[in-house]
Amino acid sequence: MQVAIVTFPGSNCDYDCYKAITDILGEQAHFVWHRESHIDGADLVILPGGFSYGDYLRAGAIARFSPIMASVQDFAVQGGAVLGICNGFQILCEAGLLPGALIRNRSLKFLGQRVRVRVENATTRYTSAYSEGDVLALHIAHGEGGYVADAATLDRLESNGQVVFRYVDRHGQVTDEANPNGSMRNIAGIINEAGNVLGLMPHPERSVEAILGSTDGLGLFASIRDHFAGRPAARVLSAAGGR
Amino acid sequence: MATSSNDIAVRGPGPRAGDPPMTPELVADHGLSAEEYERIIDILGREPTFTELGVFSALWSEHCGYKNSRPLLRKLPTEAPWVLQGPGENAGVIDIGDGFAIAFKIESHNHPSAVEPYQGAATGVGGILRDVFTMGARPIAVLDALRFGSLARPRVRYLFAGVVKGIGDYGNCVGIPNLGGDVYFDDAYEGNPIVNAMAIGLMKKEDLIRGTASGPGNPIIAVGARTGRDGIHGATFASEELSEENEARRPQVQVGDPFTEKLLLEASLELIRSGHIVGIQDMGAAGLASSSSEMAARAGTGVDMDTSKMPTREPGMTPYEILLSESQERMLVVAKAGREADVERILNKWELEAAVIGQVTDDGLYRVRENGVTVCEIPGVELVQGCPTYVREARESDEVRRLREFRPGPAHLSPAQSNPGRVLLRLLASPTIASKRWVYNQYDTTVRTNTVLGPGGDAGVLRIRGTRRGLAATVDCNGRYVYLDPRKGAMIAVAEAARNIVCVGARPRAVTDNLNFGSPLKPENYYQLREAVLGMADACRAFDTPVVSGNVSLYNESPAGAIYPTPVIGMVGVLDDVESRIGAAFRTTGDTIILLGACTDELGASEYLKVLHGVTAGEVPAISLEGERALQEAILEMTGARLLCSAHDCAEGGVAVALAESAILAEDAFGVDAAIDSPLALAPLLFGEAQGRIVVSCAAQSAESVLAVAARHGVPAAAIGTVGRAGAEERFRLSAGGTTMDLSVAAIAEAYETAIPKLMDRSSGRDV
Repeated sequence: MQVAIVTFPGSNCDYDCYKAITDILGEQAHFVWHRESHIDGADLVILPGGFSYGDYLRAGAIARFSPIMASVQDFAVQGGAVLGICNGFQILCEAGLLPGALIRNRSLKFLGQRVRVRVENATTRYTSAYSEGDVLALHIAHGEGGYVADAATLDRLESNGQVVFRYVDRHGQVTDEANPNGSMRNIAGIINEAGNVLGLMPHPERSVEAILGSTDGLGLFASIRDHFAGRPAARVLSAAGGR
Repeated sequence: MATSSNDIAVRGPGPRAGDPPMTPELVADHGLSAEEYERIIDILGREPTFTELGVFSALWSEHCGYKNSRPLLRKLPTEAPWVLQGPGENAGVIDIGDGFAIAFKIESHNHPSAVEPYQGAATGVGGILRDVFTMGARPIAVLDALRFGSLARPRVRYLFAGVVKGIGDYGNCVGIPNLGGDVYFDDAYEGNPIVNAMAIGLMKKEDLIRGTASGPGNPIIAVGARTGRDGIHGATFASEELSEENEARRPQVQVGDPFTEKLLLEASLELIRSGHIVGIQDMGAAGLASSSSEMAARAGTGVDMDTSKMPTREPGMTPYEILLSESQERMLVVAKAGREADVERILNKWELEAAVIGQVTDDGLYRVRENGVTVCEIPGVELVQGCPTYVREARESDEVRRLREFRPGPAHLSPAQSNPGRVLLRLLASPTIASKRWVYNQYDTTVRTNTVLGPGGDAGVLRIRGTRRGLAATVDCNGRYVYLDPRKGAMIAVAEAARNIVCVGARPRAVTDNLNFGSPLKPENYYQLREAVLGMADACRAFDTPVVSGNVSLYNESPAGAIYPTPVIGMVGVLDDVESRIGAAFRTTGDTIILLGACTDELGASEYLKVLHGVTAGEVPAISLEGERALQEAILEMTGARLLCSAHDCAEGGVAVALAESAILAEDAFGVDAAIDSPLALAPLLFGEAQGRIVVSCAAQSAESVLAVAARHGVPAAAIGTVGRAGAEERFRLSAGGTTMDLSVAAIAEAYETAIPKLMDRSSGRDV
C-alpha cells in the first residue's frame, strides 16, 4: 500500500501517521506538500491532524482551498480512499466530502484525553479488522470536535451504516458522560455513502504500540492495508479496551 | 583611513532628530542607576544616544544581564561528562547516549501573565520553544510550573483559566506534547502568579548549533513575523515590581501566533541541517538588540545593521523601537556569505518573510544605522558582559525566623487523631494536592507518539525513537518550604525533582532552574535568593545533576508583597531501557506495598497545617542529601531489576496522600489495606512531610528482594500493606496508632478529582 500524507502548513500529526504506516505497518508512505497539485500513485490519502493554516478562522476552513485539495477532491470522487483524522476530518467536512460539520467542544475547551469509541460498522474498508461492537481506547486532542448535522442527515447516516465510530463508556454504552465534546448522537467518525472517505476525530495513529498504552488504532490501518492487498482482514484486536 | 582629531572627540553617533534629550529622569525610567549610567559613559567615552540608552537598558536589565544574580549563579555546578552545552546559550544541552542529545531550558513569563494571562502564557511557551529549536533540536516536550493565589477569588480563576488555555493553545497548535508540570495555590502568589514553561528538544549530537555571529562579512537575516510596536521594553518590565498601574502595561505584552511558530520551527531546523547558516537565535526578550549583540559577543565579532531594512508592521518606527520590540515569532539568522539565495529558498517554502538587515564585522562594535546614518555604536563585549553585577545586602526577615519557631500543639494534632479519614479527604481536595486533570486535559499530551507516561504522575516519560532509551522530566518546587527556610527548601526542591525522576525508573541527569524571587534590593529577598542558590548548588552537586540552563525572574512582587521565593527545578533523567519505566499507580491486586524511608514527627511547613489550621509556619522537614542519594540508588536498582510495579514519592500531604494517590491514579482504582506501625502521633505520621520517602508496590514474591535492596543501600523500608481489589466500592483502609481510617475508594477519587473542576466550572456544571 502506498499512502500519501498531505502536509498543510500547521499539520502536526503528519509524521505520526507516517511512522504508523511505515514503522508499524511496514507499508510505504510519502508526504505531499499542500502546494502540490497532484496525488500520484497513492492508494490511500491521509489528511492528518494539526492546525492547518493556524485554524484561526474555523478548523479546516482555509485548508479546503489549498491547491492540493482540488486533486484530493478528484481522487475521492473517482473512488480513491481518503482518511481524515481530526483536523483532516474537519477539512473533509469543510470540503463537502463528508456531510455535517465540527463545532467547538461543548466545554469550550480543548480536550486532550483518552476516550472509548465503539465500532459501529465493521464492514467498511477501514474497519474490517474489527468486529462490530468492539470498544477501542483512542486519544482525542481537539478544540472543535462536536459533530453536528441536521436530523435528516443524521438519520440517513445511521440507516446507511455511515456512522462508523461512536463515543461510549468503558462498557460500550452510549452515554452523555462518555461524549467528550457534545457530538450529536455521540458520533466520533463517519464514512461517505460510497464507502471510500472516512473521517474521525480520535487519533488511531497514536494507539499503535503497546509502549504508548494502546494498540487499538492498529486495526484501522490494517483494515485498509488488507483492502488493497485483496485479502480478508486479519483480526488484530485481541481484547477490546487496551490497557 | 584619514581621521581628523575632531572625529575622535565626537566619535560615535550624534543626536537623532525626534529623540528625547538625555536627562536623569529618562535614565531612571530605563531602570538604570546613576552608577550604571556612569559606567555607560565610561564605556562609550561620551553620553549615549537615546537608541543606545534603550539598548543598554535592555541588555543590562536583570532579565538579560543577571546583574543581581550572576555572582550567585557562579556557585551552581554546571559540568559533567555528559554536558555538551552549559549556561550562556539559548538552552543547555546534554548527551543522552546512542548519538542523541537533548536541549532544554525553562523560562518565566510571570509579569506578562499577570497582566494578560492568555497571551502572556502563550508567548512564554513560544519563546522557550524557540530557545530549544535554535540549538538545532526538535522540541519534543513542554512542561509548565504554575503558582496562583486562591481559586476562591474570581480574578485568580480568570488568571488560572487564561494561563492554562494560553499554554495549551500554543503548544497544541505547534504540536508539542505536554509532559507534566505542577501547580500550587497560595495567597502569596495572589497578585503575581508564576508561569514558568520548560521545553525539551531532541537532536542528533552533530546537529548542535550555537547562537553565534561568526565570520565577518556574513549576512545577518531577520526571519519570521514583522516587527511591531508590541512588547517594547518587555525585558525591563520583567525586571521591576508589579504595581497598580500594570493594567496599563498591556501593550507591553506580546501576542502569540503559534502557526507562524510552527513554520519557523520547520524552517529553522531545515536551515540548520542545510549547512547554509553559522548561527541562529530567537529574537526574544529585548528582541533584536539582545539577539544580535549576544550572537556577536559569543563570536567576538561586531555587527553593522540598518533598522530601515527591517520589515515592520507599521511605518515610522524608530531604531529604538525596532531594536527593542518583542514582537513574537522572529528569528535572527547569520548565514554564510553567498548563501543568501539558498536561505531565502528554504524560507519561501515555509512562507516566511526574511530580510538581510546587516552583516558581521571584525571591529567588535555593535553598530546600528538608520538609512545609513549611525544611531548606535557600542563596544559589543562591554554591552553584553559589562553589566555591573551586585552583591546585595542579605538579612533574614525576623518574621520568618519567628514563624520557623512555631511548634504544633495538641490542638493542631487533634483533627488527625480524632478523624484521620476526614483529614485525608480534605487534603486530597486541597487544590495544591488535588488532581490537575482540569489543567492537563486541555493539553495535547500524546502528539508525536512518543509519550509513555504523561502528566499526572511523578514524572513524564518519552521514548526516544530508534533507541531503547527513555527520557524523563519533571518540574518541582514547594515555595512554602523555601519561604520558611530558603536553603533547606531549595535542597528539597532538587531532592523532590530527583525522587520524581527515579520513581519512573530514570537516572537524574541535569537541571534547568527558574529562580522566581522578589526584589533583590530588599535584604530579606536577597537573603532568600542567596540561600536558595546555595542550597540548590549543594543538592545538584550531591546528585550529579549540573545546572545547564535557567532563567532568573526577580521583582515578583505585588502591592501585597513578595511571592514565596520559588526556585523551580526542571530536571531531566534518562532510562537506558524505557520498558523498565513504572508509574505512580498501583497495578495489581495482592501486590505488597512497601514504604521506603523513615516517618518522623515533623509537621512544620506542611499542607496539613495550612489546610486544617491556616498555619504557614514551623520547621521545614529535615533533608539528608546522602540519604536521598541512597534512596535514589536503591530505587534505580529495584527498577533496573524489574522488581517494582509502581513508585510514588511522599510530598505534600505525606504518606496518607501518597498511598491514596497510588490507589486511585489507575483507571480502575484499587482498594488498600495498610498499617503503619509507629509510636508517632497520627498527624505527623500520616500527613507530615518527612523527606526521603517513596511508596512502592511489588509482586508479593518480590517483597523480600525489595527489602533486601533497600537494606543494602541503608534505606529504611517496611512492608505496610497490600493492594486490594479494583472497583469504586472497594475500601481504602489505613491503620496507625490504634486508629483505622476506612474510606471508600470512590470517596477518595471524588475528593481528589472534583476539587478543581468544582471551583472552576461552577457555572457550567459540566466538563471534567
